[in-house]
Amino acid sequence: MSKQKIVVVGNGMVGHKFIDTLVNDPQGEQFDIVTFSEEPRLAYDRVQLSAYFSGSTADDLAMTTPQYYDERGVRFLLNDKVTGIDKAAKTITTEKGEVESYDKLVLATGSYPFVPPIPGNDQPHCLVYRTIEDLEAMTASAKQSRVGVVVGGGLLGLEAANALKNLGLEVHVVEFAPRLMAVQLDEAGGSLLRTKIEELGVQVHTGKATQNIADGEDCRYRMEFADGTHLETDMILFSAGIRPQDELARQFDLTIGERGGIVINNECQTSDPDIYAIGECALWNNRIFGLVAPGYSMAKVAVSHITGGDDSFEGADMSTKLKLLGVEVGSIGDAHGNTPGSISYVYSNGAEQVYKRLIVSADNKKLLGAVMVGDTSDYGTLLPIMLTGMDLPANPETLILPVTDGEAGGGMGVEALPDAAQICSCLDVTKGDLIESIQAGNHTVADLKACTGAGTGCGGCAAMVGQVLNCELEKMGVEVNNNICGHFDYSRQELFDIIRSKKYTNFQDLLKDHGHGHGCEICKPAVASMLATQWNEYVLKDEHLPLQDTNDVFLGNMQKDGTYSVVPRMAGGEVTPEGLIVIGEIARDYNLYTKLTGGQRVDMFGAQLHELPAIWKRLVDAGFETGHAYGKSLRTVKSCVGSTWCRYGMLDSVSMAILLEMRYKGMRTPHKVKMAVSGCTRECAEAQSKDVGVIATDKGWNLYLCGNGGMRPRHADLFATDLDDETLIKYIDRFYMFYNHTADRLQRTSVWMENLEGGLDYLKDVIINDKLGICDSLEQDMLRVIDTYECEWKKTIESPERLKRFAHFINSEDGDNNLAYVEERGQRRPATEAEKRGQAIPAIELVD
Amino acid sequence: MSDSWISVCDESVLVPDTGICAKVGEDHVAIFKVAGSGDLFAISNICPFGNASVLSRGLIGEVDGQLYVASPLLKQRFRLNDGVCLDDESITIATYPVRVSDGQVEIAA
Repeated sequence: MSKQKIVVVGNGMVGHKFIDTLVNDPQGEQFDIVTFSEEPRLAYDRVQLSAYFSGSTADDLAMTTPQYYDERGVRFLLNDKVTGIDKAAKTITTEKGEVESYDKLVLATGSYPFVPPIPGNDQPHCLVYRTIEDLEAMTASAKQSRVGVVVGGGLLGLEAANALKNLGLEVHVVEFAPRLMAVQLDEAGGSLLRTKIEELGVQVHTGKATQNIADGEDCRYRMEFADGTHLETDMILFSAGIRPQDELARQFDLTIGERGGIVINNECQTSDPDIYAIGECALWNNRIFGLVAPGYSMAKVAVSHITGGDDSFEGADMSTKLKLLGVEVGSIGDAHGNTPGSISYVYSNGAEQVYKRLIVSADNKKLLGAVMVGDTSDYGTLLPIMLTGMDLPANPETLILPVTDGEAGGGMGVEALPDAAQICSCLDVTKGDLIESIQAGNHTVADLKACTGAGTGCGGCAAMVGQVLNCELEKMGVEVNNNICGHFDYSRQELFDIIRSKKYTNFQDLLKDHGHGHGCEICKPAVASMLATQWNEYVLKDEHLPLQDTNDVFLGNMQKDGTYSVVPRMAGGEVTPEGLIVIGEIARDYNLYTKLTGGQRVDMFGAQLHELPAIWKRLVDAGFETGHAYGKSLRTVKSCVGSTWCRYGMLDSVSMAILLEMRYKGMRTPHKVKMAVSGCTRECAEAQSKDVGVIATDKGWNLYLCGNGGMRPRHADLFATDLDDETLIKYIDRFYMFYNHTADRLQRTSVWMENLEGGLDYLKDVIINDKLGICDSLEQDMLRVIDTYECEWKKTIESPERLKRFAHFINSEDGDNNLAYVEERGQRRPATEAEKRGQAIPAIELVD
Repeated sequence: MSDSWISVCDESVLVPDTGICAKVGEDHVAIFKVAGSGDLFAISNICPFGNASVLSRGLIGEVDGQLYVASPLLKQRFRLNDGVCLDDESITIATYPVRVSDGQVEIAA
């Protein structure tokens, strides 16, 4: 049987979703797929378009690649527009003259920005905001402008205003309606949003109908309004809504709605059953859906219908929650209370600038809609209540009133939600999906996110995910406590608060006052680490010695046979030839196995306890310091060679790496931490795989946080851009100390951040905006650590008393006679058990 | 067990809640002094899981009133008073009588 041919017109987000769903369908192989796009690139994430201004590239926004399509046999033609359909012959023709036959035709032509018919709207600096090319035009225009106006105060318009503000312009928003976001917000909500946006320096003009765009006096243009006033500006961005791109369908006689849009049925078929329309070009039930989620639903329905399934499109919820110019805004269901007989509950807080309104049914039992401005934390609770039609609690107002008595708001926690309730709307994860995953053993928020994907889209549901987890664990009888161990009924964070506020300087006093029993191998090193972070005393001090893991007791990394490895610090991976010669001589004299680490330094293996002091004496005499390779502490700051040598380098990455490594060396942390500095975006230092990564740009440093390699690799998140040296260091100081104070024991920065309610945005609020008012004290705490640094090995070799412990036997100068080695590739390694027993020794000799 | 006590070191060398290793004949013996009580314990220094002479360098812990040392290699716990492995009770390591006499730590071998 020959394959069916599918032609997809338009390769935007929805067109791509259709193709991706079809090729991954079990029946996908029965189809040949061809797609056309008039844009020069394949589908990209238009929802995140504004990220283009904060450093994301077209590649970052891409949703697919030519390779991906090639591998799946999808043909694609870019820069070519479909201009004709022959419904009888079932062929299409393009602008460039291509003719392509089809069995099924899918129109995913999207929409175009509506530009009001104002005289003068076609001048060079009058632009729209929809494609990457539009953004490039905006950037170019902004460079020659001082003032910018956005026409349209809806969701997209405010996003565009933010983009212009970030481009450094004086920004005005001109809206025809009497308020901002008239579709999603009621009058009070819209007016609070206006106040907040104006405080951020964006000027808002509502109720303004532009009649003409004339030449300006102070600026390039003058906008003349119907009420006789005017506004001068250098550029104008139209963002006054979208119109379905139905030109092709209209021209070839498919049924079109009165106000535009290609009419479709529940199966997404147009008036010609072999032609489908999906996304913003489609009109269902006389409605256009200008959001991506309903477009995706239509794509899935069309695939289902083409492959013989029975999915149907049944409309979509248009509730939204987003942050506009930093202001939280949420809108659910019937936000205007248009339902006859509906009742409203309103909470307004002038001091905190928060407005919330609930719209409930006449019988006070069902939630119909809600409006939130300034605080959308209730969104996650309210949306499932509306979508599932659950009964409201007796006093619905409790759902939006602030929590004052420590009880969860409204007595309507996640527990009351049915399993079908959607928790993560970005990735369509229900409460039932989460429960299943929890029962399968995922007992932390980070594990749940990794397993179900919940919370990895916009992140807005993270708090809800945590609530479902705690609620379910409680039901399963799993004790929900994060006590550090059986000897302290406190979490690491709580213990750290106790140590700081009551100034504990040793374990015994802390245990006596706040713990019980004798302590263990869990709490002792954890407390030792916290004491070191806080007071930074010598870790081998008598009262700290019994708390340390063996690596810290002997200032080396214990290997499988009980010997240690030796790693001197080479800040930034820089070492002189003389330094290398000293290391080579030591390794040769003590017959140490030598290997380079991933952190750009040299590791020498196989040193016995009694050899360590002499080895370190020689290293210290040659100017080396301990590398803290043994500690839960800063390991290395890796760097590329940077602008001093490299043709591409933007900044001196080596000097910055050395500065950072010397600043944070020796700092004890909840888990080991690593850093890297790259001199340009080629990223040779792999900074995005580190806890703290720094990448040079032509405007300064970009800071990335919370990446790691290891078992569960994670790319670091872009935290701040174009920083000068001083700000970069300030942010890193604050970041590390906040992590040190609040992370769990042995929790890496990535998991710590994923478990923070509010995630990356919260971290930005704390570190950049000083939301908690603790930045000063974080910096002071960091300064104390930096000021009290001393090389632990230097101090140790100067103390004969301490050195007594560096012996295998307390009563003999012999070494450990239990050790055995064989030679391999010119160096020694520990013998295997079989080799020790003299069995099957390979062609290598046991060495002394 | 014979009654021949072998002196290994001065008691002052022992730091409470840490261990040291002594050579007693051919045996490697880990000796621990417990903080608070000052009790002494002596067990084999060889971790049977890693076959390495390291137990004196482990951390001392307590669970339900029982004192143990956690191997510094892979954290298996050995009870100090009888050498039983708390993570695998089929495994027991050697223990040794230990005492302080005239300020000297002594092991019976």
